[in-house]
Amino acid sequence: MPYRQLVDDCIERFRAEPGGLLPLLHAVQEILGYIPETAVPTIAQAMNLSRAEVHGVISFYHDFRTRPGGHHTVQICRAEACQAMGSRALEAHAKQALEIDYGETTQDGAITLEPVYCLGNCACSPSVRIDDDVHARVDAATLDALLADLREISQ
Amino acid sequence: MSLRVFVPGDTTAVALGADKVAQALEQEAAAKGLEIELVRNGSRGAFWLEPMVEIEEQGERFAYGPVTVADVASLLDKRQQHPLSLGAAETLPWFSNQTRMTFARAGLGDPLCLDHYLSLHGFDGLDRALHLPPEDIVDEITRSGLRGRGGAAFPTGIKWKTVLETPAQQKYIVCNADEGDSGTFADRLLMESDPYQLIEGMTIAALAVGATEGYIYLRSEYPKAWDVLHKAIAKAEAAGYLGEGICDTDKSFHLHLRMGAGAYICGEETSLLESLEGRRGMVRVKPPLPAIEGLFGKPTVVNNVLTLAAVSTVMAEGAETYASQGSGRSLGTLTVQLAGNIARGGLVEVPYGLPLRQLVEEFGGGTHSGRPVRAIQVGGPLGAYLPEAQWDTALDYEAFGAISAMLGHGGVVVFDDTVDMAQQARFAMEFCAVESCGKCTPCRIGSVRGVEVIDKIIARESTEQQITLLRELGDTMEQGSLCAMGGLTPNPVRSALDHFSEDFG
Repeated sequence: MPYRQLVDDCIERFRAEPGGLLPLLHAVQEILGYIPETAVPTIAQAMNLSRAEVHGVISFYHDFRTRPGGHHTVQICRAEACQAMGSRALEAHAKQALEIDYGETTQDGAITLEPVYCLGNCACSPSVRIDDDVHARVDAATLDALLADLREISQ
Repeated sequence: MSLRVFVPGDTTAVALGADKVAQALEQEAAAKGLEIELVRNGSRGAFWLEPMVEIEEQGERFAYGPVTVADVASLLDKRQQHPLSLGAAETLPWFSNQTRMTFARAGLGDPLCLDHYLSLHGFDGLDRALHLPPEDIVDEITRSGLRGRGGAAFPTGIKWKTVLETPAQQKYIVCNADEGDSGTFADRLLMESDPYQLIEGMTIAALAVGATEGYIYLRSEYPKAWDVLHKAIAKAEAAGYLGEGICDTDKSFHLHLRMGAGAYICGEETSLLESLEGRRGMVRVKPPLPAIEGLFGKPTVVNNVLTLAAVSTVMAEGAETYASQGSGRSLGTLTVQLAGNIARGGLVEVPYGLPLRQLVEEFGGGTHSGRPVRAIQVGGPLGAYLPEAQWDTALDYEAFGAISAMLGHGGVVVFDDTVDMAQQARFAMEFCAVESCGKCTPCRIGSVRGVEVIDKIIARESTEQQITLLRELGDTMEQGSLCAMGGLTPNPVRSALDHFSEDFG
């Protein structure tokens, strides 16, 4: 299905909902993996907003992407409880292992690396989220194993 | 006879391998010709023991943990003779020394099973509220002494009274489930382990103030809680506890679940309301209070998950029972989350007033690394770092306020002696710079300047002068910021400077 049709379907689901812009943007990103620039005018018109307002919302929230990400998203928790258990070293290791910085995607398109501030798993830190799965007590070795699994799945 | 086997399905248990353990239990039981009934319960909150498997034999439940896939075969054979055997969970001092009120049901059964909830006094509070006039419900909550559990500790009854007495065609109940503070997971645990309690509390709030619509604003970092709440709301609706004509009365309450989008500031109530309305999560100027002009400009109750959950306990057991716990003006129970570098981390519910040291040493068992504790941050990223001299402070709002610290949402993050407090101070400013909504200058610019100044201190560039500058910057942020984000960010920075000055050159 062309993406315009998919965006229209999302709009149809949420246009009548009070304050429905966030659920709408979540729905678009869920289906397309990101929110294309070209969808902004359509969304703005349907929701009776200016393009600037829609752009403003997309750019305000960390979750929304305007470019496609990798097949998988790896989030490393940067917050204090994880810092107390060595997440600073884990972050550095992840960046080195993947040869990318936060917000970037690996050359093979497999993995996008992102920071996250707390996954609510703070009694068993450091925490890493891979797509919708949270992993506890992650050290460099377990992270390497998790990343290797992801690469295998993506190939 | 079949054995009932409980394997927690909450985020932390699963992050530690509970799904694999559950799968192995089923396979191993089948291979042994043993009939088992697998229940995916919520967690009881003893995360240091997760995955904590429980096996029910002759009506008694015995706990084992932490269980790995490799332990499963021998566990089914040896059961109470197994080295991982803990006895009945309730008899462990870690549990028996707690006073579980809000978390009394957590981890006992399938969080989505309505019959299970009903069998443990679920909906007793709602049942009572349905037969009381709104004023009496508000009065009951006021007398219980319940204060907001999100961090600000505002008396719940007073907030509700304002909404009740503000005339409007439409009023709203909003649950703040944007639990963004590092070191906190109580909201998540409650939503994943006992979601009907939150639904019940929100419905009682609706009856108390005359609201017919409600929203739960849940952070996107909690995918499991989303899944559980989504199903729980549908089941509660189907069973007549939500929607039109609640429990065959003429009362109605429609509950909607909304997902945040990764912005810490949306835990601030006015920013949350902006976000619910479909806008950038920019903080609003108060007044008007949300209780008078809140969601879509209508009178709105905004309460934290634990506050709303506690409401069902207060209504079920009465204000006096609830207020009999606690100390001074901090009544009821406090849910502390032991996190960070801690040996026995998890959720501890105790009456207010316990000294911090006792909590960290007796429940927490010291650090996970085995090294000495150096600093404890209480109350999330905006809370102060406490040095050993302050660990005898009692856990209540006023005692913490008196030492320029705060309890906040009850997160307790422990650091061992390898921590670099200058880096922690820098992170406080960096976090504020990343998460500031940008509306007010002291927070938006101050946090960026704060990082720069601390970098100079770390690089030993005219340290004394920079420290003076940093303190002045803290004063400006505290006095000039619009909300608690910019206003409280100086707390962790100042406490690091005051109590750990040796780390600043």
